[in-house]
Amino acid sequence: MTAATAPPGNPGTDLALEGLRKGYDGHPILDGLTLEIAAGSTVAIIGPSGGGKSTLLRCLNGLTPFEAGGVRVGPHRLGAGPIAGPNRAAAQQIRRLLGMIFQDFQLFPHLTAIENLVEAPLRVLGMPVEEARAEAERLLERVGLSHRKDAYPRELSGGQKQRVAIARALSMHPRGLLCDEITSALDPELKGEVLAVMEDLRRDGITLLMVTHEIGFARRAADRVLVLDHGAILEDGPPSEVLERPKTARTRQFLSLLLG
Amino acid sequence: MRGAPLLVLLAALALPVATSPATADTTRPLLWATDAEGGAPYTFKDPKDPNRNIGFEVEIIAEIEKEIGQPIVPQQYAFSSLILGLQRGDFDFAMNGLEVTPDRAEKVLFSIPYYVFREQLVVRRGESRFRDLEGCAKIHCVVGTLEDTAADRLLHARGMTATMYDGVVEPYRDLVLGRVDAVLLDLPIAIYYAKPNPDLEFAGEAMARGTYAIMFQKGNEALKHRIDAALERLIQDGRLRAILEHWNLWDDQQAALAQVGGGDIIAASRQAWTFERYFPLLLRGATLTVFLAVVSFGLAVLLGLPIACMRLYGAAPLRWAAIAYVEFFRGIPVLLLLYVLYYGMADLSTASGLGSAFRLDPIQAAILGLGLNYAAYEAEIYRAGISAVPYGQWEAAASLGMTGWLAFRRIILPQAVRTILPPMTGDFVALFKDTSIVSTIAVVELSKQYQILSKSSMKYLEIGLLTAVLYLVMSVPLGFLSRRLEKIWGRGIL
Repeated sequence: MTAATAPPGNPGTDLALEGLRKGYDGHPILDGLTLEIAAGSTVAIIGPSGGGKSTLLRCLNGLTPFEAGGVRVGPHRLGAGPIAGPNRAAAQQIRRLLGMIFQDFQLFPHLTAIENLVEAPLRVLGMPVEEARAEAERLLERVGLSHRKDAYPRELSGGQKQRVAIARALSMHPRGLLCDEITSALDPELKGEVLAVMEDLRRDGITLLMVTHEIGFARRAADRVLVLDHGAILEDGPPSEVLERPKTARTRQFLSLLLG
Repeated sequence: MRGAPLLVLLAALALPVATSPATADTTRPLLWATDAEGGAPYTFKDPKDPNRNIGFEVEIIAEIEKEIGQPIVPQQYAFSSLILGLQRGDFDFAMNGLEVTPDRAEKVLFSIPYYVFREQLVVRRGESRFRDLEGCAKIHCVVGTLEDTAADRLLHARGMTATMYDGVVEPYRDLVLGRVDAVLLDLPIAIYYAKPNPDLEFAGEAMARGTYAIMFQKGNEALKHRIDAALERLIQDGRLRAILEHWNLWDDQQAALAQVGGGDIIAASRQAWTFERYFPLLLRGATLTVFLAVVSFGLAVLLGLPIACMRLYGAAPLRWAAIAYVEFFRGIPVLLLLYVLYYGMADLSTASGLGSAFRLDPIQAAILGLGLNYAAYEAEIYRAGISAVPYGQWEAAASLGMTGWLAFRRIILPQAVRTILPPMTGDFVALFKDTSIVSTIAVVELSKQYQILSKSSMKYLEIGLLTAVLYLVMSVPLGFLSRRLEKIWGRGIL
């Protein structure tokens, strides 16, 4: 991947949250988050459920609107309020830079694996058919699924589905990927194949924001670990620090629960 | 293929509405409205050539045609809607045993009379309880008759219980079957439909004189004067008498007429209506049925999608409009809608000074009525199908940079089609059968053709079974086609 270079005008800073606040029924989910993420880094976001991890990712690419603050991705800024008008245009631009992978895959069931990959490049980027297909075949090979390119999603195992979903996100040449618990729906023996693909991507220098419960993966592959609880950042630092010497009792408690 | 139904629809709606019969052009053919359904001896289908009509009125018209030197073309029109049709300007004049009455004379123009009719009471052979209308009234018997006729008013004036029919064949059938005690109808009808029937007999003398005349639109004095002059000459030179004698209707004395009798034209026509003669007519009706079903369903399918989208994604006013549309058109009977579109719109068009701008012809009104009605059902089917696609699919499409419209078209709709298709096929079959309702606005489709042919031939069962077979031949393959499409479009989903 060559797409991981920082956008012009914002050297070193691919992505930022500026006082982001999001609530639901008067109850805060994200409580004024401010955060900068360097291009090419791998960030693991951990924390108890309901802590705002998924909401954070969804605010970043405009799938969920927020009440205050802002999001900046490269040169594009997404403000508070509904995803309409200038916000819609900004969200559209940001989604080109940040792909997303979901816990429940969300492959398009009426399309084969390769059709899932060519649909967006063809119709959003206007790529010629032959080019889009060649690119899709390269990406499927990269995730080890070229032999399954004509299978429909329901004919694939969970791990295979998630690898197709990763390839689909990559087909738009994003600079970063938002990964929302992408191994949570998989059996333990299938998690490995998906995480292996992610480690491979990391080596290519793509920015990875991963909401995950895989502490082993975070320790091995992340440059930075964020602990999110009650809509606020509890800890922020390299895995050696956050995972080995957590500062707060809450983090220690969470980690001990997770590690059994 | 995808654009074809739309084109057909546009072509149908663009059919010229223009030829307004009210204009005073003397070279174009005059349109003569008549109901050939069970219409002996006035106007009825010639069993030897089902494409033409015969009857004493047909012969009078032929002579008038010669006199005025302008061609006259018959138009099939439901008897009970003749006055409405005349007011709409669907034809130039109506001649179909129409009685001159004071209240009608306020709405339309009448020619000079061409026949003096009387009412004849008919009972089952051997009826011993009564021999005339007075006796009948005393025992509170039930009398069958044709709605909105002199006989109907006579019964009403005497406070007798009447059963209304909209054809002349059914009352006598019901009399034989014992569903009514007597039938009171115009003498010519009694002579042709009751006299030859061995199970029935005339009771008492014919009574209550009245006259038949030709009906014109109010204000069309020009045509009335031309046709009056022609009738005058037919009466003067004895041609009218010759025609009436030919049909055994000349009755300077009622008793003499009754003795002469009409001959058993019904039995003769029953033998004459062979398969080769009636089947082509049924096929023609079937073709129109298919056309109506396909075009109006095309309209419903096209209209249903935007309505569903307005309801699902529109801002509040659009959403309310969509809900109002669905509730309104689902909640009113198609029959009412057809009448309003066909007769009501024409009135409105005339009243608001737009002339014939909104005067739909019967086919246009039928397509619009069925299309608008079914669009409400299709919109609900679309809505259910689209809502059934998980929301995550929208998010996945958005995260790939797709706009809402692109995601809808390429991702959501193709998945919804799988859910939409089976109920939609069911609706098409239902609409296919519902087309029979448009016969009420003068469209002769398959069911109407069956009614006309069965009454002319008395072969209710034989032609009925054949008509059912025609419907099945058309509707059953639809089920197979739907299941195939479900398989093809459902790949990967189920």
